[in-house]
Amino acid sequence: MKAGDLGELALRNLREAVLRNSLTTLGVAVGVASLVAMLSLGVGLQELATKRLSNSGLFDTVIVTARRNMQGMRRPAANSVPAKPERALDDDARSELTRLPNVLEVYPQIRFPTEVRYNGNSYSTIVAGVPDSARGNGSYDGIQGSFFSGPNADEAILQIEFAKDLSEQTPTLIGKDLVVRYAEREALAPQKAAGDSGSGNAVDAAAGGFSIVPREKKLRIVGIVETEPAAGFGGFGSGRLLIPLELASALRAAQVNDLRDAVRATNGKPAYASLTVRAKSPSQIEAIETAIKAMGFGTFSLLDASRNLRLFFTIFDLLLAIFGSLALAVATLGIVNTLVMAILERRREIGILKALGAADRDVKQLFFVEAGVMGLFGGVLGVGFGWLIGRALTWGTNIYLHRQNLPSAHVFSVPWWLVLGAIVFAVGVSLVAGLYPATRAARLNPVEALRYE
Amino acid sequence: MTTGNGMAVRAERVSRHYEMGAAVIRAVDDVTLEIRAGEFVALLGSSGSGKSTLLNLMAGLDRPTGGAIFANGRNLSELNSLELARYRSRTVGMVFQSFNLLPRMTLEENVELPLRLAEVDRVERGARVQEALERVRLEKRLTHRPSELSGGEQQRAALARALVNRPTLLFADEPTGNLDSATGESIMLLLKEIQQKLGMTIVMVTHERPLAERFADRIAALADGKLLTDGVKS
Repeated sequence: MKAGDLGELALRNLREAVLRNSLTTLGVAVGVASLVAMLSLGVGLQELATKRLSNSGLFDTVIVTARRNMQGMRRPAANSVPAKPERALDDDARSELTRLPNVLEVYPQIRFPTEVRYNGNSYSTIVAGVPDSARGNGSYDGIQGSFFSGPNADEAILQIEFAKDLSEQTPTLIGKDLVVRYAEREALAPQKAAGDSGSGNAVDAAAGGFSIVPREKKLRIVGIVETEPAAGFGGFGSGRLLIPLELASALRAAQVNDLRDAVRATNGKPAYASLTVRAKSPSQIEAIETAIKAMGFGTFSLLDASRNLRLFFTIFDLLLAIFGSLALAVATLGIVNTLVMAILERRREIGILKALGAADRDVKQLFFVEAGVMGLFGGVLGVGFGWLIGRALTWGTNIYLHRQNLPSAHVFSVPWWLVLGAIVFAVGVSLVAGLYPATRAARLNPVEALRYE
Repeated sequence: MTTGNGMAVRAERVSRHYEMGAAVIRAVDDVTLEIRAGEFVALLGSSGSGKSTLLNLMAGLDRPTGGAIFANGRNLSELNSLELARYRSRTVGMVFQSFNLLPRMTLEENVELPLRLAEVDRVERGARVQEALERVRLEKRLTHRPSELSGGEQQRAALARALVNRPTLLFADEPTGNLDSATGESIMLLLKEIQQKLGMTIVMVTHERPLAERFADRIAALADGKLLTDGVKS
């Protein structure tokens, strides 16, 4: 029989027992909805976690540090290899890093302790320099106020927890001024060489020295963020007061590594404690990290953590899919039941079809198409129901988050592949369910079927 | 189409036995029967004589447990299930005592059904349905459902359905069994007309000797699965 005729006859047959077939289809729809809801929740949570972590800049960045030669601090092994000379993390190295393929930008990590004076009170916190490129970073999506007006602006963005320390009414802080007290590192002229003191040497002279001078800087508060854009592994604590990176650099504030660098031999060029290398995408981190290591620097990234996160969510999604499929498995039994009932009711009709020239395969295909149509309608309906469940879940979750004074979140995501996959899966499962009834119908003896009353 | 020598169907020592536990029911037992092309043959016998079983075997609805049936130049026993379905679709038309129209389909859809199964083009189907219904004078009842027709009309519709694929063999199983005598006679007249106009071979099962004697060219009488007599009507 031609496909068009098969489809027409199948639809006609389904319409004949409309209530029973609708209920069976509804069963499939509930099964698919359960599957879609579970998987959408898994996908949504994965997207949420990935987005939040990506926004924090943890997954598309590599922290580069100078590789330290620590061999002098322990007893050398009998067959120890002579230590390679340390490579300075200076401007030359920074330029070289910038030229690596798929590197978006390279910038120094600047964080320093400070005392903030606001409204007659003093508060201790950490200042972090933020590159201008962070403007497009998702961390600032929900910012109250605005991002810095320029890379050198005398402006500050407060992390919400620090803002709450300053005022209970955090929105009123925007536009207000605060004063930052910090320790400026003021370079001293290089000491006279060996001839003057008789105890120094050329290396020490090149290293120079610095004095610490207390300074103050008035900054205008332009924004408040609920995320922690300066959290993570770049410094010695989370930055709660964010200022433009170029401004932070110009302040020449003393950082924790300064003391160490002051006593270390350098080639006379200023060296960075660490540099942040930002990749075009998290997938390029591994190659960039390898290239940086080959240059002789130490690296740190969350590549392994990212892999583990993907593994976790893959297993999580799999478990959700298994639980979601249970309802679909029950619905499958419903299809088998409906079609077996249909065979009993349409026994004589099958006999007539065979007497009129229907081959076994025509009868089999007819029942297959009926099962497939129920699966198709059930799948489409189920995706719709699943989407509605997702909307309801997101709505309920956001009400709860709102009551907890937390930002709203999309915990549910129905990607196109899930929509298509769920429908195809529903049709596939229905066809498998139709296999037994269809085979049974096809094998009916026409003479016996025609005798059936 | 014939089996050769003008033969439409030839049953050669055909048997159809059923096993019911330890007992063996010999529904058809060693029957040999030849039906010539264009002939109207009545299989006459009482209930349980094996006439319907023999008809089903010749129509390709059932397979013999012994012997062979030749139709369309081939031994039906050697055909696989798909080939047997094609034989039923293209060579055979069937009419039943209880009409066997599909109640949820209109008359037009019922008659169109064999054309769907034979994969006839949709454009050709309308004319073929119209032609078949005109032949049984039901062309004005296209949209009616079987329940809206009288018994005679339903049997005429079933006849139209049997003719729509232009078969060469028409098998009728007690076609007048559910009809009153007047309506039954009109159906028999229609069958005779079709045989004469189309040159069709008709094999009819009946237990009514007068009807067989009046309309059939030849009567084959069966009893207890065996062929008692085979010859022109008395």
